[in-house]
Amino acid sequence: MGKKRQIRVMVAKPGLDGHDRGARIIARAYRDAGFEVVYSGLHQTPEEIVEAAIQEDVDMIGLSSLAGAHNYLFPRTIDLLHEKGADDIVVCGGGIIPDEDIPKLKEVGIKEIFTPGTSLDDIVNWVEENVKPR
Amino acid sequence: MSTVAEKVVAGDIRAVARLIRDIDDGMPEVREILKELYPSTGNAYVLGITGAPGVGKSTLVDQIISHMRKDNKTVGVLAVDPTSPFSGGAILGDRVRMQRHSMDEGVFIRSMATRGHFGGLTQSTRSAIDVLDAMGKDYIIVETVGVGQDEVDVVKSAHTTVIVVIPGMGDDIQAIKAGILETGDIFIINKADREGADKTMSDLKLMINMDKKKYAGGKWKPPILKTQAVFDKGVSEFLEEIEKHRQYLIRTSGELQFRRKKNRVREELTDMLKKRLIEEVLENLTETGQFDQAVDSIVEGKIDPYSACDNLVLPAIGVFSGEPVKS
Repeated sequence: MGKKRQIRVMVAKPGLDGHDRGARIIARAYRDAGFEVVYSGLHQTPEEIVEAAIQEDVDMIGLSSLAGAHNYLFPRTIDLLHEKGADDIVVCGGGIIPDEDIPKLKEVGIKEIFTPGTSLDDIVNWVEENVKPR
Repeated sequence: MSTVAEKVVAGDIRAVARLIRDIDDGMPEVREILKELYPSTGNAYVLGITGAPGVGKSTLVDQIISHMRKDNKTVGVLAVDPTSPFSGGAILGDRVRMQRHSMDEGVFIRSMATRGHFGGLTQSTRSAIDVLDAMGKDYIIVETVGVGQDEVDVVKSAHTTVIVVIPGMGDDIQAIKAGILETGDIFIINKADREGADKTMSDLKLMINMDKKKYAGGKWKPPILKTQAVFDKGVSEFLEEIEKHRQYLIRTSGELQFRRKKNRVREELTDMLKKRLIEEVLENLTETGQFDQAVDSIVEGKIDPYSACDNLVLPAIGVFSGEPVKS
């Protein structure tokens, strides 16, 4: 029982993208690392994701996109968090993201982007280092 | 009233979300806030929904939210999923089925993990119910898989307890029988288009009829309903039964504040005391190193565990001094 905060994260699938195998595997890796993981399900708008993240009081949102719309969906999520005064929630992303898009996404506030080939251990370690329970 | 309590009563989503987190994380400062909120509670109707994984609880909840919203009622949902006993983590996936309501300001959905501490789930869920109640939700739906004493107790905090099964669960019905089946006010056979729905219906009927004496003299006899939640079939009938049960509670007890009734208060206060005592005593003993010393002594054969337990617990509860030890 404790005064120790439990890390809560949300794994989200924004946009018209039906590929959630990766997101599910990430969710499982987070669970095994001891985090509480809220999974959003498919076809979410950034509005829905942000609202859910606030209701769930998560420390981080992990956005997964394999359908090419990340240049709209990821920054939009950041904007909405800002609007709602919830920009203390860390946002990272993953999926099929071309290298040349990554600097732009980081510039708007996506803390890290994980592309195919990244090991689950690396992702979990990154979260442990960069996401502190708020 | 503190700012947090004021915000909660005013329906501030972020304040509510954060407070439930603090409750879950066992932050001691929530006690003061819950004390302040208590007078604002007691107005919501609490619905407990339980059943094995995969029977369609979340889908059913999703549908009844829609019906309640059409009726202009506000809804709070607490969806409980199990914590992995190995990693301490949890995947909270109930929300997936209800996510279409996330933009609706009249709906607040919160996923909770069982976390597996002593009676902790019961206590934190009850406190979360109080928070949603204080924020003014008309209905509060608590969804759990209903395994283990904690979850049974949570469901017992509801005005109406709903047990969901699916066709072909014959043996599983037997398995859930001891413990939670007795607490069912409404039984749902979901996915009723599947083979075996009629058999499940007659199994349940038989089981309920065996308790005939319990329902004598106009007492509530649990109805059994068939639904297909995905297609919204049977859901309005389900809501009618909830309403009938609500009317029954009003008729028989005169009011709905049954969590304020003596037996309920006794039960909830017992749980609260247990949790608090364990928390305070165990924490204190761990911090001072007495707990580990006792463990070592038992391992080294210097003392038996019964005496070690006496040594630890008696001073803590002040049996010898006749006065409780101040923390």
